[in-house]
Amino acid sequence: TGSFVLPGAHGVQSASSASSTKMASGQQWVLVEMVQAFYEAPAYHLILEGILILWIIRLLFSKTYKLQERSDLTEKEKEELIEEWQPEPLVPTVSKDHPSLNYDVVSGPPSHKIIVNGKECINFASFNFLGLLDNERVKQKALASLKKYGVGTCGPRGFYGTFDVHLELEERLAKFMRTEEAIIYSYGFATIASAIPAYSKRGDIIFVDEAACFSIQKGLQASRSLIKYFKHNDMEDLERLLKEQELEDQKNPRKARVTRKFIVVEGLYMNTSDLCPLPELVKLKYKYKVRIFMEESMSFGVLGEHGRGVTEHFGVSIDDIDLISANMENAVASIGGFCCGRSFVIDHQRLSGQGYCFSASLPPMLAAAAIEALNIMEEDPGIFTILRGRSIFTPSLKVVGEVFAPALHLQLEQSTGSRESDIRTLRGVIDYCLERQIALTQARYLDKEERFLPPPSIRVVVTVEQTEEDIEKASSCIREAAISVHQRSQDRSLVTDTASNRQPFS
Amino acid sequence: MKKLYSVLCMQSHIVGHNAVLYNKPFVESFEETPLLVAVLTYMGYGILTLFGYLRDFLRHWKIEKCRVASERDEQKDFVPLYQDFENFYTRNLYMRIRDNWNRPICSVPGAKMDVVERVTHDYNWTFEHTGTVLKNVINMGSYNYLGFAENTGPCADSAAEATVKYGVGVSGTRHEIGNLDKHEELEKLVARFLGVESSMAFGMGFATNSMNIPSLAGKGCLTLSDELNHASLVLGARLSGSTIRVFKHNNMQSLEKLLRDAIVHGQPRTHRPWKKIVILVEGIYSMEGSIVRLPEVIALKKKYKAYLYLDEAHSIGALGPRGRGVVDYFGVDPHDVDIMMGTFTKSFGASGGYIGGKKELIDYLRTHSHSAIYATSMSPPVAQQIITSMKCIMGEDGTTLERLRQLSENTTYFRRRLHEMGFIIYGNENSPVVPLMLYMPAKIGAFGREMLKRNIGIVVVGFPATPIIESRARFCVSAAHTKDMLDTALNAISEVGDLLQLKYSRRTRLSDDEEADHLSYLVSYED
Repeated sequence: TGSFVLPGAHGVQSASSASSTKMASGQQWVLVEMVQAFYEAPAYHLILEGILILWIIRLLFSKTYKLQERSDLTEKEKEELIEEWQPEPLVPTVSKDHPSLNYDVVSGPPSHKIIVNGKECINFASFNFLGLLDNERVKQKALASLKKYGVGTCGPRGFYGTFDVHLELEERLAKFMRTEEAIIYSYGFATIASAIPAYSKRGDIIFVDEAACFSIQKGLQASRSLIKYFKHNDMEDLERLLKEQELEDQKNPRKARVTRKFIVVEGLYMNTSDLCPLPELVKLKYKYKVRIFMEESMSFGVLGEHGRGVTEHFGVSIDDIDLISANMENAVASIGGFCCGRSFVIDHQRLSGQGYCFSASLPPMLAAAAIEALNIMEEDPGIFTILRGRSIFTPSLKVVGEVFAPALHLQLEQSTGSRESDIRTLRGVIDYCLERQIALTQARYLDKEERFLPPPSIRVVVTVEQTEEDIEKASSCIREAAISVHQRSQDRSLVTDTASNRQPFS
Repeated sequence: MKKLYSVLCMQSHIVGHNAVLYNKPFVESFEETPLLVAVLTYMGYGILTLFGYLRDFLRHWKIEKCRVASERDEQKDFVPLYQDFENFYTRNLYMRIRDNWNRPICSVPGAKMDVVERVTHDYNWTFEHTGTVLKNVINMGSYNYLGFAENTGPCADSAAEATVKYGVGVSGTRHEIGNLDKHEELEKLVARFLGVESSMAFGMGFATNSMNIPSLAGKGCLTLSDELNHASLVLGARLSGSTIRVFKHNNMQSLEKLLRDAIVHGQPRTHRPWKKIVILVEGIYSMEGSIVRLPEVIALKKKYKAYLYLDEAHSIGALGPRGRGVVDYFGVDPHDVDIMMGTFTKSFGASGGYIGGKKELIDYLRTHSHSAIYATSMSPPVAQQIITSMKCIMGEDGTTLERLRQLSENTTYFRRRLHEMGFIIYGNENSPVVPLMLYMPAKIGAFGREMLKRNIGIVVVGFPATPIIESRARFCVSAAHTKDMLDTALNAISEVGDLLQLKYSRRTRLSDDEEADHLSYLVSYED
């Protein structure tokens, strides 16, 4: 750019030599003087400067041209690159003895009596808490529905996939839970996974318990919100995060006004079988103005006097929870899931819940089965008491709350060294019990996908159909198995109940 | 259906380049939106928006009664759950024509159905059931392509048996004592049906995509997705953490360019080569009625060593001489498609989805699919419905392939008649999904209501399921439709079409010969 200044500088110089008095009088003369200087300048000077300007222009253009040239590949080079590229295989090969490759095969219904790999057992594995899976009344209602509607719905809810039974089921669920509205999904997993991203978007903040189950984790991921994990059931840790956020909000109040905040918890944790401290959570909710979403798949139809779940168990008003979701695949023993809460919240999912809008609706016979299951639950709330009685499966009475859990995790007291060998050891326990007609299963996880991978465990499920003797038998069987496996593997692994603070399994 | 459209998106006529790859003419048309119609449509939305603002203003000052459910008083000082503009469209546009969706029915969603009559006393904010039922409404809305939505016959009977034997639930995942013999039987049958080594079935079609794509692609992988792909594919790709690039709908040049650039330039920033490239396409696109240019996609996939994920949600059962979907339709080898995905909701009259492919792929999914490990497995009567209907399609129950032939005949007839009447219809001539263009927002509601008055149930769709000016009605032809039903429907469509002036097409009312000359935009190929 130096050369552009030249005519001006030159002009000022020549002008000052010509009329130095005018210089002092003011700036308005500068331009006139510059023009004057241009006329006065010798021809060689102008030519020289003209050449310089042209040179600069040339330099400017040639430079960009060269840049482009450097990045361009010829067609031939491109072809070579394409030829050369070798993708990874679509999937890595799975070794034939992968523990989860060969499933146990169940012939016939997975009800109280179950045939696993050809052997009849008592079922301590399926989440059929209330024994409604092979309930005759439920079956009859499903059959009647099948005769009327056929099996499939052939469309999403929007396009003639809404059946009168769906509306009835939604109404019944809302009534059962004492909420304004309920919405049903055709797949339990998709329920909370669709509900979370319907509300929480990019830029919003979700506080979530570390032990949250996988479907919650997927919902969080789909929401693309900012996720903050707090330690499992640790309200102090949650409050610390909330306080941090409050400070953050004070710094940027404009942003805080549009940043939605949610706490996502499970009522009864699938992975740890313990309760969330709901009363404390509700206190924090109002203190920090955060909404609560609660997943109740393990507690719906289990806890509370009428089976309404954790809110009823704690006597917390259900209106204090912004959204409750649960599946209808455990206690209700049908298929699908639902969300319930105030219409202000729930209705939004009818256009924004992806799993609701874009999926075929629940087969009407499954909805009819769920309605009949609700009928049974309403008619006889005693079954919840029976179930809770059954839940005393191990001497874990000292720990309050967990004794109600219908599904407990049994872990090895001491790891045998690696996750793989732990899983193999536990499989040994399961096989031992299977031999003696007790059907159990390990809690399975995707090791690499879980945010916080729970330790390997056997999940024992109690149901109202099991008798005292059944439970007695299962208890002693597991104990024997643990000892036998312990002796065989020559290490000091003992199966204990994690929910009871690692007390030995009696 | 998530789509990103440029404004004034006029579907250009698709021109193919690899005629040799096709074994039959590939005729697909997307007639351009007439300019006047486009302008009027925009004006329509403009007026609706203006009135929307006006009414929001009136609601704000409590001049108009606000019927939107409101936040509970205790939480009024929380950050609002919804931004005000988020629901502008719902409140002011959708609400006016809401009665056209979610119509409850109370019968089999077969060729005819019974619709529960609803009335509204508050401009669609709430509905009341009158207690009467609109009987025998001709059903042009359900995805009942092969007519397996039945409450009598072998499928229903076998499903009833399964209910008696198993009950309806499973209460466990495939890994946790939820793997029934029924599921194994189903998966073997599906593999045989598709002509692949192995298959796996899942409880929900949507989740089949969204829970399995993440096991197939990940960080450092590239997914190339058609712009009109279903929300479940989009979600699956997003959850996978892979880089997503979108190509123009069914446009092979666009796909090839993305493939070339991806391999040549590698990953952005790191410039490492991509680990793998997965192409996501659907068999039949449910809003366009178009069929994927599968032979060309396969040629590209082979050339560039990409993997192909084919979602046959609408095409399985509905296309091809043997009902094996788009693969069968084009006569290509199923082994050329790496991941064959489809649903049981539509042609099989059940619910759920499957993935078929090489044994290694399925073994991997069995151990790594989110669905296999965390989701309750498929209801036994549903599995039974699929088994029986699939065997019927395969001709194993002794019946002929009558349904397939009937569907194809109905499709051709229905599409031809609509075309002759002068409607603009989109898509492939062999696609049983038939979109009829309505364009203007007011016509969406009017068309749906007028059709129901004539006892015909149809689906209308507008923004955001379609580009803003391309609102449409959609018919799904079924093998269960008789010629009488189709004629009744067609007459009603024509009548309503005249009433609402929907016969936009400028390429009709020509004699056949003239038409053949005139329709040079339709590319056809003979092998």
